[in-house]
Amino acid sequence: MVPAWNEAESVGMVVKEAAEAVPGATVLVVDDGSRDRTGPVARAAGAVVITNPFNLGVGGAVRVGMRYALSHGYGVVVQLDADGQHDPRDIPRLLASVEPDGPPQVVIGARFAGEGEVSVPRARRLAMRLLARYLSRMTGEHLTDVTSGFRAHNRAAVAIFARTYPADYLSDTVESLVIASRAGAAVSQVGVAMRPRYAGRSSQSAWRATAYLVRVLVVLALAVIRRRPSSTEPEEGPP
Amino acid sequence: MTGVHAIALASALATLTVIIELSRRRHLHPKYAVLWLSVGVVVAVFAISPGLFNRAAHALGVISPPALLTVLAALFLLIVCVYLSWEVGRLEDKTRVLAEELALLRKDVEDDAAGGT
Repeated sequence: MVPAWNEAESVGMVVKEAAEAVPGATVLVVDDGSRDRTGPVARAAGAVVITNPFNLGVGGAVRVGMRYALSHGYGVVVQLDADGQHDPRDIPRLLASVEPDGPPQVVIGARFAGEGEVSVPRARRLAMRLLARYLSRMTGEHLTDVTSGFRAHNRAAVAIFARTYPADYLSDTVESLVIASRAGAAVSQVGVAMRPRYAGRSSQSAWRATAYLVRVLVVLALAVIRRRPSSTEPEEGPP
Repeated sequence: MTGVHAIALASALATLTVIIELSRRRHLHPKYAVLWLSVGVVVAVFAISPGLFNRAAHALGVISPPALLTVLAALFLLIVCVYLSWEVGRLEDKTRVLAEELALLRKDVEDDAAGGT
């Protein structure tokens, strides 16, 4: 499942590579209100495409994908970015550590787990380290890259997220782990290499990184004091 | 009636007129219309009989009635703003859920149209 917003240049490659990496899998692209040709390109590449009527943010796109997966009976959902920074050839390694029908489980494809080369501004690195430390303590598992959008979820985790995936900025990665962990899901990670993006701007200037750090602290504080989100949907209709 | 009271009365009447006109055109939800109408009425009452407000202030132990007025007005506006932020957040959440629902339904409809069920 690939949430995509204005990624027409890279989404086609990602879809093709994902289909090659996991033969027999369905590649779902959630086109989050793109203004470019993301949807048509993904469809031409062989993906199932769901189109949001306007931009809902990564969290909203992921929740749509999770609900689709749940109602269509998929066992494991792997989420990866449409910009090509996650290598679809790593998907089988994530899948290897997922038990499709076990208790709720989230496996993160972590970029700093000893593989690949990454350079990020200091403030951003600090923010990521803080997050990682907090979430490691919470989940009882050594996590190094909690903002990674490369994840595998088993059926039970998909069921949790289809109802409660948080939609606010940054919450989609960080708070989702808090929610999963509180709901009793096991969170673990597998090291993956990060590739340069095929296309799209990197959002990593020093200023941005500092703003990011502040937002991370706010999100963390909120995640700690917030109650679990109530279901966004009171009743679950038949698919 | 001194200058400041005349001004207060005039603004209260203007507020009432605008609110009534907006409700008449159905541009304002009754629950908000009631809120602002009551504000207009309260301000008008105190403008017409300033002694009433002064006595109320002294009864509360406030020496300077205008100070009490300022504090109350600021507090009231703050509460209204917080309430509206909360309301906007709720509306955003609802819109978001509707958009998600729409995306999923559109997908189902497309699949049906493509000839499978």
